[in-house]
Amino acid sequence: MDNSSQSQNWDLVIKGHSSLFDVKFKDLWHYRDLLFLFVKRDFVSFYKQTILGPLWFFIQPIFTTIVFTFVFGNLAGISTDGLPQYLFYLSGITAWNYFSDCLTKTSTVFRDNANIFGKVYFPRLIMPLSIVVSNLVRFGVQLLLMVCTMVYFYFFPIPGTSFEITAGLLLFPVLVMLMAFLGLGFGLIITAMTTKYRDLTFLVTFGVQLLMYGTTVIYPLSYAEEKGYGWIVDKNPMTGIIEGFRYAFLGKGEFTLWSIGYSAIFTVIILFLGIIIFNKTEKNFVDTI
Amino acid sequence: MSKPIIHVENLSKAYQIGQIGTGTISRDIERFWITKVLGKDDPFLKIGETNDRSTKGDSDIVWSLRDINFEINQGEAVGIIGKNGAGKSTLLKLLSRVTSPTTGEIKVKGRIASLLEVGTGFHPELSGRENIYLNGAILGMRKKEITRKLDEIIDFSGVERYVDTPVKRYSSGMYVRLAFAVAAHLESEILIVDEVLAVGDAEFQKKCLGKMGEISKGQGRTVLFVSHNMAAVKSLCNKGIVLENGLIKKMGDVENVVSYYLTGDTETQNKRTFSSQHDKPEFAIHQIEVNPVGKTSNEILDEYQEIEINCDFTLKDSSRNLHVTFVLSNEVGEPLFTFSHVHGGLKLKHGLNKIKCRLPKGFLNIGSYYLALYVIEDSKKTIFVEKDILAFNVQEGERAIGMWMGKEPGFIKPIFDWSIA
Repeated sequence: MDNSSQSQNWDLVIKGHSSLFDVKFKDLWHYRDLLFLFVKRDFVSFYKQTILGPLWFFIQPIFTTIVFTFVFGNLAGISTDGLPQYLFYLSGITAWNYFSDCLTKTSTVFRDNANIFGKVYFPRLIMPLSIVVSNLVRFGVQLLLMVCTMVYFYFFPIPGTSFEITAGLLLFPVLVMLMAFLGLGFGLIITAMTTKYRDLTFLVTFGVQLLMYGTTVIYPLSYAEEKGYGWIVDKNPMTGIIEGFRYAFLGKGEFTLWSIGYSAIFTVIILFLGIIIFNKTEKNFVDTI
Repeated sequence: MSKPIIHVENLSKAYQIGQIGTGTISRDIERFWITKVLGKDDPFLKIGETNDRSTKGDSDIVWSLRDINFEINQGEAVGIIGKNGAGKSTLLKLLSRVTSPTTGEIKVKGRIASLLEVGTGFHPELSGRENIYLNGAILGMRKKEITRKLDEIIDFSGVERYVDTPVKRYSSGMYVRLAFAVAAHLESEILIVDEVLAVGDAEFQKKCLGKMGEISKGQGRTVLFVSHNMAAVKSLCNKGIVLENGLIKKMGDVENVVSYYLTGDTETQNKRTFSSQHDKPEFAIHQIEVNPVGKTSNEILDEYQEIEINCDFTLKDSSRNLHVTFVLSNEVGEPLFTFSHVHGGLKLKHGLNKIKCRLPKGFLNIGSYYLALYVIEDSKKTIFVEKDILAFNVQEGERAIGMWMGKEPGFIKPIFDWSIA
């Protein structure tokens, strides 16, 4: 190497190996427009050439709620903590869907975008982030459905049930962030680990489904504790989030600083790990995918 | 004074060939153990094995690039040439950060925009306008930057009428036009282009080359251009790099580099000398060569030159009436025409003859040609034949930017007498 080039300041140095924490946040910021264009693309292409269009966002939670009410509420007779069954399941499904969409969709980000990633450079993290944001739009729409249902039950209450909005609502943004980042963190880890060996992909689809039964979506935490399974359901980081979500909107649920703190710490660790592993993988995954 | 804008040092890239994912997990674990835990060199990376696509190697790991060093100054247009598998695309991928090097480093000043493929990230359901934004952002433009240039981009693409139609309704040509238009309006200091000229019609090709010329010569930006079209490389670039089996074979002025690349091709043979083994009782050939007039047979032949064929042979029997005839064939072996010194009124002597045949200036079109030699007795009997005695290429000469860069139809381009009344 000659001295003249050594003394110059280079804007970019491309090397084979870099440190673990070398996440290019500046790059990420520069490409923020791209993030929103991806979100727009996802949203527009979702309902292009469909008759019902954005209505499809409602159909899945409505039908799932009806089926859950029928199977778990009426047939199995699982308690809903004195909440209207529809509201109980709908709130669980809305929150769970956001988490699981973030997880499953980001978990295939390398594979789905191998073509575009193989042709052009932009900070790879933009892609999973855009997925999280587009799912946020979807979550918002579904939340609207939940609010409408709440208004309905407010005016036409089912006897023996009640619900109330609590001050826990102030923590709502935090809860949404926790759901998003927990899903994102897991998704990043999985996508990075499946670039070479794809075995894990098979696990994800049904694993997330199974995990739902380990979360307080179809039963309240109090019910699980009553049956003696509280100690394991408690360890699931999503439990604290969903319980908090229900407490905020419906006034029922075991919402403590400890439970939300546990979820928050868990999320931060997973997200941190996810970003590091993703960042490490993005450099060379094109060669192995 | 020009400053270095790209500095590449000891750059290497290794690839694993064969199946990935079957039978490699044990090797992966072994490799992880040796390199990461024990901290030793990777045993699967064999040193010194060249990456030749046509020969079978004994390792699963190949070096697509091996210890590449070069420097590119600001405002230079550099053509990267080489055969398939020489490492051109790998180099571009490393420069555009799609994948990272195995060893070595690249230092860059300014933004790099790469066009390894046009239309990356186009979404078929979105309209042309929406795709301009999306594609522009993927290539690194800010939204307001695109808005500012939107009219220019649409105008350049020439698909104004369809700009609000989903691109899935586009013809493939329109698609490419739109995609190139976006890329051409990037404001990066360095532009990397990989053979996008293969697409689009002649008019658009001209536009693309013109735009690229403007980018490098007019705006002083740096262009790296990979192509198999030597005419395009020659007219667009001022520097060249020849890659072969992952190594830089030659670097420097584009003229020298292109001629090095073309003459280095082993399939051509512009000169042949014969030993006495080929001798016949009545005829012995010594040497034959084809060269541009006034130059040696080491020089490349181009479409604008006067080309001559020199042939040295000995006639041993003065009593027999022999003459020498040549047949020129094209690259698939079809004879194009026959020519002989008899037609030119030349009589051969007894003993050593050194005959020379000059083709008119610019007579042969670009392409590969094979020459056959026949020695004929009494204009009826063939007594000596050597097919494919020479194999040579006629190359594109330099053309002005904006000209058609391809081959005109036909094998010869004779210059006739023209007049106007």
